[in-house]
Order: sequence, then C-alpha cells, then structure tokens
Amino acid sequence: MTQYLTSIGLEFHAELKTKTKIFCSCPTDFSGDPNTHVCPVCLGLPGVLPVLNRHAVELAVIAGLSLNCEISRFSKFDRKNYFYPDLPKGYQITQYPLPICRNGFLLVKDSQGRDKKIRINRIHMEEDAGKLVHSGDNISNSAYSLPDYNRAAVPLIEIVTEPDISSADEAKAFAEQLKMTLEYADVSDVKMEQGSLRCDVNISIRPENSDKLGVKVELKNLNSFRAMYKAIEHEFKRQSALLDAGQSIVQETRLWDEANGETRPMRSKEDAHDYRYFPEPDLVPIVIDEAWMEEMRAKVPELPEARRQRLTVELGLSDYDAGQLVMNPPLARYFDQLNTANVEAKTAANWLLGDISRLLNESEKEYSEVPVDVQELVYLLNELKKGAINNNSAKTVLEEIFATEQKAADVIAAHGFAQISDSNFLQQAIKEILSANPQAVQDYRAGKKAAAGFLVGQVMKQTKGQANSALVKEMLEAALA
Amino acid sequence: MPITDMTIRDLSQALAKAELSSVEATQAHLERISTLDKKLHTYLKVTEEAALSAARASDARRAKGEAQGTLDGIPMALKDIICTKGIATTCASRILENYIPPYNATCWQKLEDAGAVLLGKVNMDEFAMGSSTESSAFGITRNPFDPDRVPGGSSGGSAAAVAADLAVYSLGTDTGGSVRQPAHFCGVVGIKPTYGRISRFGVIPYASSLDQVGILAKDCADAAIVLEAVSGKDPMDSTSAPMPTENYLEACGLEIRGMRVGIPKEFTTELIQKEILDQLYQAAEKLVSLGAEIEEISLPHSDYALPTYYILASAEMSSNLGRYDGTRYGLRVEADNVQDMFIASRSAGFGAEVKRRIMLGTYALSSGYYDAYYNKTLQVRTLIKQDYDQAFSAGIDCILTPPAPSPAFPVGRMTADPLTMYMQDICTVPVNLAGLPAMVLPAALAGHLPIGLQLIGPAFGESKLFAIGSKLEGPRLLPALD
Repeated sequence: MTQYLTSIGLEFHAELKTKTKIFCSCPTDFSGDPNTHVCPVCLGLPGVLPVLNRHAVELAVIAGLSLNCEISRFSKFDRKNYFYPDLPKGYQITQYPLPICRNGFLLVKDSQGRDKKIRINRIHMEEDAGKLVHSGDNISNSAYSLPDYNRAAVPLIEIVTEPDISSADEAKAFAEQLKMTLEYADVSDVKMEQGSLRCDVNISIRPENSDKLGVKVELKNLNSFRAMYKAIEHEFKRQSALLDAGQSIVQETRLWDEANGETRPMRSKEDAHDYRYFPEPDLVPIVIDEAWMEEMRAKVPELPEARRQRLTVELGLSDYDAGQLVMNPPLARYFDQLNTANVEAKTAANWLLGDISRLLNESEKEYSEVPVDVQELVYLLNELKKGAINNNSAKTVLEEIFATEQKAADVIAAHGFAQISDSNFLQQAIKEILSANPQAVQDYRAGKKAAAGFLVGQVMKQTKGQANSALVKEMLEAALA
Repeated sequence: MPITDMTIRDLSQALAKAELSSVEATQAHLERISTLDKKLHTYLKVTEEAALSAARASDARRAKGEAQGTLDGIPMALKDIICTKGIATTCASRILENYIPPYNATCWQKLEDAGAVLLGKVNMDEFAMGSSTESSAFGITRNPFDPDRVPGGSSGGSAAAVAADLAVYSLGTDTGGSVRQPAHFCGVVGIKPTYGRISRFGVIPYASSLDQVGILAKDCADAAIVLEAVSGKDPMDSTSAPMPTENYLEACGLEIRGMRVGIPKEFTTELIQKEILDQLYQAAEKLVSLGAEIEEISLPHSDYALPTYYILASAEMSSNLGRYDGTRYGLRVEADNVQDMFIASRSAGFGAEVKRRIMLGTYALSSGYYDAYYNKTLQVRTLIKQDYDQAFSAGIDCILTPPAPSPAFPVGRMTADPLTMYMQDICTVPVNLAGLPAMVLPAALAGHLPIGLQLIGPAFGESKLFAIGSKLEGPRLLPALD
C-alpha cells in the first residue's frame, strides 16, 4: 500500500493585548453588553477614518521578534473586500503584500526528538470582525441574527507558517510552542476557548515518492489544539483513502465537526471570494525608524528557551522542574518573584509545582490566578525556614490563605501553629519524657536507634505538636549520647 | 446693499458695528431661499429653526463682546456629504435617505465653533459622482444663470446656492473637479486645497485618495477666510497634513510682479471651446500687465489623467460604498436571507451612475485584472504628479488653465452619454491625481453664462493662488433672478 507524506501549514489569529482597538479609542474588552464598546469609527459609519494604534504595532513587532522574524521597516495596510453582516465597512483593514514581519521560525521536536525548524512565512496586522448571535444554529437557518460589534476592530495578528509540518504531533508541538512564546512575549492572552487565539490548518498529502505538494485542503472551526490534532488525523485518513481508491482530492475548505469527529466541506475554492485587495488609502504607511526599533527590541521579554537556561544553569533547578515552570508562564513569573524575595529556588519550585499547582487544580483556577499574594507566601516560607512553624502547619496555612486570602501571620496565630523552639522549655519536656520512658531510653542506648523516633513522638504529643520536631530530635539525641 | 448680496467681510463688519444682527442676516437668507429655491432646488434640507437658534446664540455672544471672529453669525450651507450631528446627511442617495449622523465632520465642527450659522444641506450628485448634479436621487438643481442648464457637479448645490445668494458661502467636496467645475458654471470662486490641507473626517468618502473638501464663495477674499478656518492637521484623519495654516486673506494682497505663470499646451487644445480659451488668454495678458511672466509649459501625461482617474476613483468607491448593505443604517429591503437582503437593498438604494462606477471599480480590482488596471493607474498617477513637480521645480509659481471644456450645458444633454459627461473633468482631474491645490474664479460672462479660469499651485502653495486669483477677479457675476 502507498505510504503518504503530509504537509501542513498553520494559520493563527491572535488578539493583541492593547487597551484600545486598532483604529479608535474604544476598549478592547468585549465582555460588556452587546454594542456598548463601539463608536462611529469601529461601527464604520459613513465618513469616519481609521487612526492606527501605535501600541498595536509595537505588540506585533514584539511578537515578530519573539518568533525570529525580520521586521519590515516599511509596511502598509490594505483592504480586503467582502460582504458579511459582522463586517462594519464591507472590508477588513489588513496587510497584504507588505506585512509587518516576515521569515521567522520556531524549533519543535520531531518524532525522533530532534529539533526541527518550522518556518513562519509572515505575520500581518489586521482588525477583527464583530460577532453574530443567531436565533438558530447559523445564519442560514435563523429567523434573525443580531450583530454585536464590541469585538469589531480589536487588533489581531495573523501568523502564517510554511507547509513544513509533517504530522499532527508536530502541528500540536508547534501550536503549543507558539502559544507559549506569545504568552511570554506578553502580546496576547492566547486563550483558544475565549477566541483570543484561533487556528486554521492547511493540509495536503502526497505519495512518499513524490516531491510535488498535493492538493491543499483548509480546515476550520478548530476550537482547541486537541481538535486540531484530531482533525489532522482524520483528514489524513480521509485523503489517504481517497487516493488509495484512485480518486482525487478537491481543493476546498472543510469544517471540523467535533461532535461527529469528522471534517465536512464548507465551500469550494472555485466559488471563493475575490477579495479585491488594494492599498488602504485612509492610512499612511508604517515606517519604523532605528530609534523606535531599538525601543521595541528592548521591550521583548525573556523567551522560553532563555528562561529554561536561567532556571537550570543559574538557579540549579532540575530539567524537569525548569520545564514545568517554563511551560506555565504565569507560574514562572510567580517563581521569579519568590526568587527575587530570596526564597531558595528549589523550595520555590517545590511549593509552586506541588501544593500550589494542586490547589489551583482542585479549585479549577488558571495558573495566572494564584490567589496568594507573593509577600504572604514569602512570609510563610521564611517562617518555615526559620523553624517557627513546621512543614505540616505550613501546608495547612497555605490552604487557608489560598482559600480565604487572609494574612499568613494571622492564620499561624489563629491556629497557634507557632512552633516551640525555646531550648529551656524543650529541655524540661525532654527530661520529663526520658524519665517517664526508661525502657525506650535503654533500648536506644542498646543500639535501637528507632527508639529515638518514639521519644520524639512523646515530646510532640506532650507539647500538642507545637514543638520544633527537628530541634527536639537534635536535643534528645544529645541528651542520650 | 441688500443683506443677501453681502460678502462675509461686509456682513462681519455690519455685525460688528451692530448695523445688523445675525438673526436678520439669517432671516434674509431663509426668506430668499423660500422664494427662489422652489425654482432652483439647491437645498435638500433647510434647517430653519437650528439656523435661527444659532443666529440668536451668535447675537448673544456678540452682545457680551464674545464674538468668535469673522465667521461668527454668517449664514452658510454644507454639501450634503458632510456629516452634521443630528441633521440628516444623505449624499443625495436613497440608501442614506433617513441617515442622521451621530457626530460632526471636523470641517463643520471648526465652522460651528467659529459661530457659523448653518442654513441647510445642499444638493449634489449622488455620492459626489457626476458633473451636473443630475444624479441626485432627490431632484436636479438648476443653474441660477439659466434654469434650463445644470449648475455643474458634483457640488452643484453648493455653487448654485452661493451664486444665487442663498448662502454667503458653502463647503463642497472635490474628487475630480466637483468644486471647481460648478464654480465655473455658476460664476463663483471655488478652491480645492492641497490633499491633506482640510480634514476628511466626517466627509462621506467617494475616492479617499482624491477627495478633498473645498470652498465656494462670492470672491477670493471670502474663500481665503473660510479656508483658513477649516484647514489644519486633524488627529482623526491620518492623511491630514501637519502643515501650518496660513493667513490667506493677507495672501490676497501679495504682489505678483515677477511670478512665473505657466500655461500647459495640453490644456489649450480643440477640446476646449473658443470662448473659454479667449478668457484664458485675456487673463494671461492681464497678468503680464501686472508684471508676471507667462510661459508655455508641457505636462506630457495629461492625456492619461481621465482614464487614470476613472479607474482609480471607481476602484476606491467600490470599496468605500461596501458598507451600505442594509445591516446597520440606511435603506434596508427585506429578503429571505442575508445575501438577498444585501442585493435588494443596494439595488434599490443606489442610482444608475453609482452602480455603473461600482461595476467599473469592482472589475478593475478583480483578481487577474488588478495589474492591468488598478496597478497601472497608480504608476500613471506617479507620472502625472511628476509632470507637475517638474514644472514647479523649474520655477513656475502657478499654472493657468481652463476649468472645463465648455460653459454650463443644458439639463439632460449628457445624462444618456456618460463618456461625454466624464470629459467634463478633463481639466480638473489631473490636479486631484497630483494632490495639488487649485482655484477656479469667474472671469466674465459669455452671453449669459459664466466662464471661469483655473489656477493650479504647488503643494501647500494656496497663498500663491490667492495672490494671483485676487488680481484676476473682476466684479461679481450676478444672475438675473429677481
């Protein structure tokens, strides 16, 4: 049976994290009531003109720098013309021949675990469309549809790769790496479920012995990386079966149907729109001079690979711990804050990847939503280090300050968790326990070192668990020596 | 002198001396509109109450010694393409028949802030596409000098209203000659400044890279006052120029001795009627007598301007008018699905000329034709611009040309023949392609019809136009209306 090679190109749309829209001063937060974050400009009323948001350009450039792109010192906007009720002006302002970034790449691991370079053809800026709320399932079977333009003209970047990806696994690895990079670059919220990151797939297959790319099929409606993965797998099977049966592949756009786990045709490219792109006459070109370029270069935050190096080489974390932190940028930022406050790296990593991750998981919170103030955690970990509280108490305190956002000091006090480390007091308690347990003392001295554990336990019991157990052990061993 | 005969300067002085109130000036114009405009149909909407209330406010300011300047209290009109908050702005199109903008265009906001009294919105070709105001969906406007003839277009209402003393001045827009050709037909001064001089924000676009607001006035000095008031960089318009506004009234008094005025040979061909050329040569003689030098120059790519303009403008308008789809505002014709609703609304809402240009522009931008048409026109546009750059860098101060091939033509003469109608723009479109300032001023009557002259200046050289224009203008041409 013929073996087939797969060529996949990905297209991502990421919303940029600007406060205001790309061509007007309306807020980008589109969570409000429908059509409340709109003005004549983003509604495209007759006579309005766009004015470019400088911050959107900066975020697009920072994204490009983070994805190893060349930045165009001269780029411009174009109009993409088509009719749809969510499109206020009858055209979308986008970039066509002169995008802001070109020729980037990201490295992903291939099936053999080697680095593979996936080239990025271009990143261009554009405006988002509004949203339609249908009375039925879609625009064709609804009695009415209501447009909400809150999202209209929210700035987007579109990132387009070359067809360098050869499997669903590579596609998923690339998507995750891209998402993480954009998150590190702090240019987008990259939340697929909220639509701030969207992904389309272009896929073609060809017989192993052919070097000519096969017919391209575009896959849309991929609402998660998992859906992307499944859609690619399904599409590979569908196309292979067609070719095996001697049939040809139709160039078309297909929608992923999550419920049925299959793709189905949306529209064929033959009657696709002619978008009639032409230069946007209402905007002047974007010219980036050296000073602005320098300013933007300086704003590129630490990227994942650099962070991994720092955590392992400089701070001595294991590859595993470092990897876990790098994959969760908000947690990694929290880690950096603890580190800055002189919490030992290993301790910080253990708590973040252990109890805090567990608590986030249990309460179904995002990594960006750790409800514990950094200062409180620093206080708690310092108390633990000093021996003022013990490890079990520290975990209990953490759980409470996680759930109630109280001060760590208040919780410690309320529980009376403060450990007894007063040597005079402990000396007295040890003396009492030793005289009350002669047999154990004798066993210890006869070489049964485990008897020490029993004696420590007795001291702890007598002090209602508040004695500093490490100190008790140390003093007890000294007394028996 | 009757109030409605007065210029901005006359009225402003009379108001300052309290010989007259703004309310009286406004009432005089409203009365004249109610008598004469039944015949001329320059106004689509007269905003009588708002005008009187603005006039009362102006008088109150003046009484407190807080008058805003020369334009405070002066009654004027706006082409119905300029957005006015709370007042219908239709572009003379069915598709915007009931459209009321929620915001003011910057040029109108500046005038309103200066105390202008808006008498109403005046007629135009639908979406500014036409050269006769006959493509208005709301009826034709008649030329005050001959009601059987057109006032020109697309700012025909703006020019006719000033010519007939139905407004002291007005704003129009000029994409390929739409201020200047009506000024020529109606015997008034019309200036289209440099692209970027006046903000386009709030001016409903026809062809964005060519559109520019212009002024129609009774004489050069009035046009100068209004231009200064509406010019300037606008943060809402990225294409507006950060150039300092000049005192154009002062420029009217500048000496022109030693200035070099070029007459391009491409503009004096047999396409231009003899009485128009006669006026051009007489003007040249007058300039020589005032110490200016006249030279023949060449702008070799002028022949390509008209096709270049019609492809470029149609391409841009086909996109600019995409928003009129019945979804958000304007005319909606209900249908079974959204696609049919778009088609039905646009079919019912746009007139024939607008549809013709949408088809031309859509074709020119289509994949497979883009390079042959749109892209080629961008290249030719650069060549045309270079022609002018070379003339000005060779030391020419100003270019003198005819404004149009003929005086005002009879109503209905060209409606069935769009190509002949497009030829009307032959002298004016190169200026928009080059982005330059140009002025048309009345020279004389030929028979009973006004003949104008066109002056073209270097970019942001409006002052030169006023210096020369004010020397060439004679007494106002007055239609026999009363």
